[in-house]
Amino acid sequence: MSNSEQLDFSYFPGCSMATTAAESNASLMKAARVLGFNLIELEDWNCCGSSSASTLCKDLALGMAARNLSLAPAGRPLVAMCPRCLLYLRRAQARLRQDPEIRRELEERWQRPIPLDLEIMHFLEVMARFGLDRLRQSVKRSLKGLKFVPYYGCTVFGPPDLEREKHYQGEMENILKVLEAQPLIGAYTHRCCGSFLSATDPELVTPLVNEIIDSAVAAGAHCLVTSCAMCQLNLEIRCSSRIKLPIFHFSEVLGLGLGAEDYEGWFIRHLVDPRPLLHNLALVA
Amino acid sequence: MSRTLPQAKTDAPMPAITPGERNRSLLAEVKKRSGTDFNRCFQCRSCANGCPFVQAMDHPPNAVLRLLQYGLDQQVLECNTIWVCVGCHTCSSQCPMAIDIAAVMDTLRLLAMERGAAIAKPNILDFHEEVLHSLQRYGRAHKLGIMWHYKLQTRRWFSDMDTGLKMLAHRKLELRPSRVQAIDEITGLFKCYWGESR
Ligand code: SF4
Ligand code: SF4
Repeated sequence: MSNSEQLDFSYFPGCSMATTAAESNASLMKAARVLGFNLIELEDWNCCGSSSASTLCKDLALGMAARNLSLAPAGRPLVAMCPRCLLYLRRAQARLRQDPEIRRELEERWQRPIPLDLEIMHFLEVMARFGLDRLRQSVKRSLKGLKFVPYYGCTVFGPPDLEREKHYQGEMENILKVLEAQPLIGAYTHRCCGSFLSATDPELVTPLVNEIIDSAVAAGAHCLVTSCAMCQLNLEIRCSSRIKLPIFHFSEVLGLGLGAEDYEGWFIRHLVDPRPLLHNLALVA
Repeated sequence: MSRTLPQAKTDAPMPAITPGERNRSLLAEVKKRSGTDFNRCFQCRSCANGCPFVQAMDHPPNAVLRLLQYGLDQQVLECNTIWVCVGCHTCSSQCPMAIDIAAVMDTLRLLAMERGAAIAKPNILDFHEEVLHSLQRYGRAHKLGIMWHYKLQTRRWFSDMDTGLKMLAHRKLELRPSRVQAIDEITGLFKCYWGESR
């Protein structure tokens, strides 16, 4: 194997990756293994709190996120795939740094230390920092001809209260260009997907999702590639436009480029089947 | 692509405003708890123009700030804007005065509940509470359960059936919840929301 040096990370899947977006999880694991990233699932992790805990009770939101931090062994970074999980985990850490009182209380409650210097990052950052050379050495399948719109959604860029944290603009393009896929500009790349309104008020979300997809169609894209599982789902289930584009998880495209052959199991879970596109472009056999 | 500029719904006439007579207690509290000072707001409307959901709001985000400054507390706490807002931070990142409007909305939701204001979008509050029930029970979100109870609660049985069935067919909704083993470590956290009784 070309990537001799294994890198260890703690991995926080989060509720979406564990259920609705199991195909993203499977492809991520595949890609990570080939690239020599050892993603070790956080033992007995819980939900990050999501926007619901954050909306209803700040202490609860902090507690939910903080328990996950208390489960993370020191000495290796914690990786999340969902931008919202990432946000709540980082926000909790920032809060605990400022408030030693609450930290002590939570540590006593669980009888575990909560590491404050733990590095928390999105998988895109893992790729950007450690993955590009590994990827170049391991490409198995060229995705030449695949025109995609990188769709980051609203959260992965980090909202203002975490503005000194890292931003990821352009990273998805940098990474997928290694696979010879072609990024397009001119579409909505970080417009909000509708979040929980997709469940409570779908009629508000459909026009927005249509705008996002239509903008990608107008730009000449074959597909969108997302860095967020919730965005992926909302873009798939709420689109009512005439032309529906396949919405890939970032990890799936990565997995394809790394030569995955077990993609059938990922793609049957899509509401817009990407297989015809891949066959038309002769990217898969 | 032709697009009309998004506008907030403004069917209801705005009540007469007499700023001098109002007290500003909500204003001060919002500033303190959100850590956001919006005195610098000059009503440029960038926030409203960027907000993906402004069309569904009774007041655009900039107007919420203005209502707060005018001391129109009840209108602020009872407007649907604060509930429709998903916290996408588009407004905050577009504001030329670096005002974190999303943080203000976040604080206003909490204040609306704390002060017993009429909740303009009760279905959204119901949904968040269903998610909390799931988190308390399993430590993780069980989407099928959440949607089931949410529909039961809001009696929207047949709305959106089609999507639900498609998701089931593509195995996107797990029948059985995935759970946290050490659930005791989680349940205790919920006292701060439900109180001691649950
Ligand atoms: S963008 Fe900022 S300055 Fe402009 S109206 Fe909104 S809050 Fe005020
Ligand atoms: S954070 Fe809320 S108010 Fe701001 S743009 Fe997003 S939905 Fe609109």
